[in-house]
Amino acid sequence: MSVEYNADQKIPHPAMWGVLYKSSTPFWDGVKEKRVMLQRCKSCGYWLNPPRPMCPKCRSQESEWVAAKGTGKIYSWVTFNESPHSAFKTPYEAVLVELDEGPRIVSNVVGINSDELEIGMPVEVTFEDVAEDLTLPKFKKVG
Amino acid sequence: MAIDSIKDKAAIVGIGVVDFSTDIGRTEWYTACQAIKLAAEEAGVNIDDIDGMVKSVDDGPDPTYTGKGLGIDNLLYHSENHWGTSAMMNAVHAVAGGLCNYCVYYQTAHRASGPEKCISDFLVAREFRDDSLDMVRYDYFSPFGLIGEPGYVAMMYRRYMHETGIKPEQLGWVPIVASENAARNTNAIFFDKSITIDDYMQSKLIADPIRELDCAPKVDGSIAIVITTPERAKALKQEPVIINSVASGYALEGQNYTSYTRDVITDLPEMENMAKELYRVGGMGPKDIKVAMLDDTFAPYVPMQLEALGFCGKGEAPAFIEGGDKIRVGGQLPVNPDGGEIGQGRFITTRIVEAVRQIRGTSTNQVANTDTVLVASGAGGPADGMICRKE
Amino acid sequence: MVMEYNPKIPTLRPYIDPDNQGFWDGVREHRLVIQKCKDCGLVIHRPRPMCPRCLSTEREWTPSMGKGVIYAYVNVIYQNAGYPGIKAPYSVVVVEITEGVRILANLYDIEPEGVRIGTPVEICFDDIADDLTLPKFKRLNS
Repeated sequence: MSVEYNADQKIPHPAMWGVLYKSSTPFWDGVKEKRVMLQRCKSCGYWLNPPRPMCPKCRSQESEWVAAKGTGKIYSWVTFNESPHSAFKTPYEAVLVELDEGPRIVSNVVGINSDELEIGMPVEVTFEDVAEDLTLPKFKKVG
Repeated sequence: MAIDSIKDKAAIVGIGVVDFSTDIGRTEWYTACQAIKLAAEEAGVNIDDIDGMVKSVDDGPDPTYTGKGLGIDNLLYHSENHWGTSAMMNAVHAVAGGLCNYCVYYQTAHRASGPEKCISDFLVAREFRDDSLDMVRYDYFSPFGLIGEPGYVAMMYRRYMHETGIKPEQLGWVPIVASENAARNTNAIFFDKSITIDDYMQSKLIADPIRELDCAPKVDGSIAIVITTPERAKALKQEPVIINSVASGYALEGQNYTSYTRDVITDLPEMENMAKELYRVGGMGPKDIKVAMLDDTFAPYVPMQLEALGFCGKGEAPAFIEGGDKIRVGGQLPVNPDGGEIGQGRFITTRIVEAVRQIRGTSTNQVANTDTVLVASGAGGPADGMICRKE
Repeated sequence: MVMEYNPKIPTLRPYIDPDNQGFWDGVREHRLVIQKCKDCGLVIHRPRPMCPRCLSTEREWTPSMGKGVIYAYVNVIYQNAGYPGIKAPYSVVVVEITEGVRILANLYDIEPEGVRIGTPVEICFDDIADDLTLPKFKRLNS
């Protein structure tokens, strides 16, 4: 199901300390432009997920960011019945999506009921403005 | 002096346990000094002879404070490492390598009475510190509400259920046997009688598929261990418990509890790597182990460790734990006869204490003829382990 | 008196826990009390859970006469080397009191240029705010 937020609470932002980690910046810049950006090693093409300064396979420090198609499959999910943070109303799901390109990212679903969720379910990205200064990538049924 | 192996080169000679509580009412500085004093007294070691200290990262005051508190004048060696057997590794190396004679390892944490009370001498609350500065958690998990360890483990465990077919009615035996064992251990304050499978199935799915009974509760506690060489141990009060081997293991793409980017997210490669080295150094194998002290901070890790440490084959763990018979005292491989962390609260060093008691023959839940015990920690992240044996 | 506080930047409060509560209760009541071991009589400061000499955890608070000499000091001259809420220059002193222990505090009535090792001083208390009293030292018999 879609996440519902408590209106008077601040949703955790990626820039927790007012400073976005340098490695994460291109991902969140991409989200602002409604794209899912992934980091890849320029030398050997290995996906660097989570983002990092060096490729663990070939140890090159040259990397690039590419836009993912935005489609993938549900790899796993967790349903929170006890809220770990005041901003989130229970119950809600956090999902792990395996993008078609390979890397997996954590996200939420939109318009999919808890009992509809299945491992392997095809999904595609949509972007939700959850606060004035925060847009999040989320996933909905394909089509 | 170079040594080619630490096998059998260190011994545990004393343990000090401050009674666990959900509100211990004293500072961590106090209970750390108290535990070390108890351990030294039990061992028959003079406090003045303690010349080495290893503390758990983030769990307890610095040797600056315990040294000052205990009036220790002559500290030749001090270091810190992650909880439990990682820190024991430091102590083993220190005494085997001749860096100090009597080394104390201690873990002190008042997690239950709250971050304010457990700050004691430090300015940053432990809970805040656990998550602080972790880029992946803040930038990639928290905005989506994936927050807190039960949630992190649940994401992995749902996938584990999908891949292995394990049912809650099977996993439930981990907390059920833990509660049975806890009922016989006065320091396991969270159960005074055993629970049933119905109790387990009704336990709240706090982060579905993880239940409340799957999680080790928070507790206030303090434990200290005295380590020295087997030669020096002969002159002391207790039967020495020989440390046959100690090892730690890492693996690629690790991210505590949340290694979601690995090809396979439902096994414990760190634990497998640690086990290989542990058995190699000590010359033992899973068949030699009489009692297993496994990391049960979250119940799913118990079946996963049984496979990673070689106690059963891949995919066999759900059947191994079902019914509880194999993992009970008297079973094929007793697991956590002290009730585990599920029974005692989240406190890794309890596993070392129970290993020592089982070898000495002094546990309230004694397994017959125990001459080897394996201790493991760090499921879901960098792993470490130790095998101890009778002299 | 010689210390000037900026009300917009509150002075840091001491972290009070069961081991040092007695000391800070005394300060609030304008009394200097020092930890003393009930078993062997060792007097010690700063407060701690265990007597380092005999390892007893039985402790009591014994009143001090509050008299001593300046043992060491630092004059904080530059504002950015000190606390922003306290106007520089100011001094921080370690005073060795007659009971044999050393107390760190500020001075009440001696300017930084006048601070000397060996100067006889005595305790006084300054109510900085509703919830904060600090011990300070002033010239003896002033």
